[in-house]
Amino acid sequence: MKSTYFRFSSIGVAVVLVSLGLATSSALAKDKILMAVPTFLTGGGAPAFGIPARNGVEVIVNAINAGKVPAPYNTKGIAGAQVELIIYDESGGGAKQVTEYRNKVQKLGVDLVVGYVSSGSCAAIAPVAEELKTLTIFTTCGTPRIFEELDKNPKYVFRTMNHGTADNVGLAHYVTKKFPNATGYTGINQNYAWGQDSWRDFDLAMKVLAPQIKGSDDGQWPKLFAGRYGTEISALLRSPEELVHSSFWGGDLEAFIFQGLARGLFKKKQFLFTVAGTAAYRLGKKLPDGLVLGSRGPYGIYANNLIDTELATWFRDAYVDRFGTLPTQGSYQYAQGILGAKYAYEKAAAANGGKFPSTDQVIAALEGATFQGIATEVRLALNNGHQGLTDHMWGISKYDPDTGLPVVTDVVLYKAECVMPPDGVGSVEWIKGGMKGAQCD
Amino acid sequence: MPDGFLLDMLQALFTILTDGLIYGSYLFIVAVGLTVIFGVQRVLNVTHGSFYAFGAYLAAYLGAMWYESELPDFGGFVIIFLVPIVVGVVFGVLIERGLLKHLYGKDEHIVVLATFAAFLALEGVSLFIWGTDPYFFYQPQAMLGFVEIVGMTYDYYNLSLIALALIIAMALWYFLARTIWGRMLQAVIFDREISQAMGINVTAVFLGTFILGTTLGALGGAAIAPTISVLPGIGVEVIVLAFAVVVIGGMGSVPGALIGSILVGVVRAAAVHEFPHAEMFVIYAIMAIVLVFRPEGLFAPPRVRKI
Repeated sequence: MKSTYFRFSSIGVAVVLVSLGLATSSALAKDKILMAVPTFLTGGGAPAFGIPARNGVEVIVNAINAGKVPAPYNTKGIAGAQVELIIYDESGGGAKQVTEYRNKVQKLGVDLVVGYVSSGSCAAIAPVAEELKTLTIFTTCGTPRIFEELDKNPKYVFRTMNHGTADNVGLAHYVTKKFPNATGYTGINQNYAWGQDSWRDFDLAMKVLAPQIKGSDDGQWPKLFAGRYGTEISALLRSPEELVHSSFWGGDLEAFIFQGLARGLFKKKQFLFTVAGTAAYRLGKKLPDGLVLGSRGPYGIYANNLIDTELATWFRDAYVDRFGTLPTQGSYQYAQGILGAKYAYEKAAAANGGKFPSTDQVIAALEGATFQGIATEVRLALNNGHQGLTDHMWGISKYDPDTGLPVVTDVVLYKAECVMPPDGVGSVEWIKGGMKGAQCD
Repeated sequence: MPDGFLLDMLQALFTILTDGLIYGSYLFIVAVGLTVIFGVQRVLNVTHGSFYAFGAYLAAYLGAMWYESELPDFGGFVIIFLVPIVVGVVFGVLIERGLLKHLYGKDEHIVVLATFAAFLALEGVSLFIWGTDPYFFYQPQAMLGFVEIVGMTYDYYNLSLIALALIIAMALWYFLARTIWGRMLQAVIFDREISQAMGINVTAVFLGTFILGTTLGALGGAAIAPTISVLPGIGVEVIVLAFAVVVIGGMGSVPGALIGSILVGVVRAAAVHEFPHAEMFVIYAIMAIVLVFRPEGLFAPPRVRKI
């Protein structure tokens, strides 16, 4: 009897000790971190944004897990944990994305969500992320409404790049500098939120920076994915304005360029394409010279031509080795968001005595942080340290016969404080108010 | 009236008319197959969008390979006309014999749902075959160049779509009015049972008509491919437009499809030039007006009452 009691109590003590040991070891290290990455895998957004983003994620995460990313990210994993990815399709609209998000967080228990191309997705997800208390890093979506209207006191939601206002304010600065003698501008933009917001911001910024260059009220507004622009091209050819603003992307952009080339449109008008960087390598020689083209910041064609840091060079080479083509803006932006996550987790772990940090600790490390993205430094400086600020770049397309690829020339770099509103000021109100507080060279 | 103003007005009118004819031709080429199938078989065929997409994809895929191999330039144009025949025969037989033959006589909404399901399935098939990358087949349009008329540049390729639409319209008229096969087809349209009783092989007529309609849909895609980036989802946009044109012109009416297409093209062109914000809904506004005042369409063929 006495020996049985002793046996059982020994077993009990052993169980308790083992349990304590296990509990302690799980607080010290975590084997894997489950990261959900939504991006366009199908539909019109896939070739221009979604697939390059997916590819960028694969390159950066494989390298992170192997410890092959150059400094300052040259540790294996994220805070010692291997990254396990769940990449899924962002198609289907905001409501579907909310369902997918809930599924990933509540059923699959992901640790964080990094991604989103579409402003519609981000607008739908932001309040849900706060509700479900899940770290969510928006890498690409551009709408300023996220922290200006929808999530004014963010805790779990971050955006690791400039929002869309920077694109068109930067463009207005570039146009004012490069085409000071222009007399007018018009536009052709897809008739939905992205196109309307782009035109609005550009038009307002031009009225402030160059009121002598008159904006047309007769811009073109074809439907998203219309595909045929013959009549619109005729209208642009008839219009008196020499500058044409366009936020076209994807198949619409490529179709428009083919159709415009066939009619000599780009020799007669100066086009200002806010995201034509996404199509540059696909079009190759067919991309007309002389276009003002954007990549929503120093990404894609800008980084490939102008940024030669060790980190940027490594990323570009690794991407080309894997996919046979240069990375575009989505590849850089998604990789940047993941590096932001790595930075925050490791900073929080270091502050936590090496133990794997909690979500709250990671958030505290990320709020207001400055970290190095692939192509640019990111400062989370607006909206209580949740909205990123980076440099922006604008330039002009030119075909390089030596490389057989388009490049950018006449590039101007704009500091974030020149093209983004100050903290606490709404984007539209800032532009309308004359962009007070902007710090431009 | 100042000369400059008159010149501007003439240029505007000419531009609107030309743009309208080009866009109307595109709509007609895309929509005529749909109206032919409905006219004969009373089938509202949603898979028409898939035939357009497959025509575009196959033409772009083969065309890109052709030009990358630096083969003679005219080959691209041969591809544009051969691909629709292949797509027409393969998909025509597959869909008509494999799906529709089991649905004749059933309620029309069941047929629409079945063809919609087939459309979605074929969207998946094209994604499986060609993936999400865009396909470019710009060479035929680029090599023909452009011309300046009344101060406006037009590329020859798009102008040739007007000629193509007219050739299709005339060929269909000739076929229907002047050939024995056309007469048989008209008999089947008029009364299927009597035609069968008179010895017409209605099954063969249905199959032949469906192949014709499929070929025309695929021709729309192949002809447009040189002007666009061929991507997933191009069939979706086109099927909505095709339905609108067919409803406006009269379902089953080839002249209706032609005149409806031109009407839509010219009104849309006027909107784009003069009221750009109205462009988005002008086609559907015309459709709504026609449905209110003449729900059978502007040129619907007369339907004889049986009792």
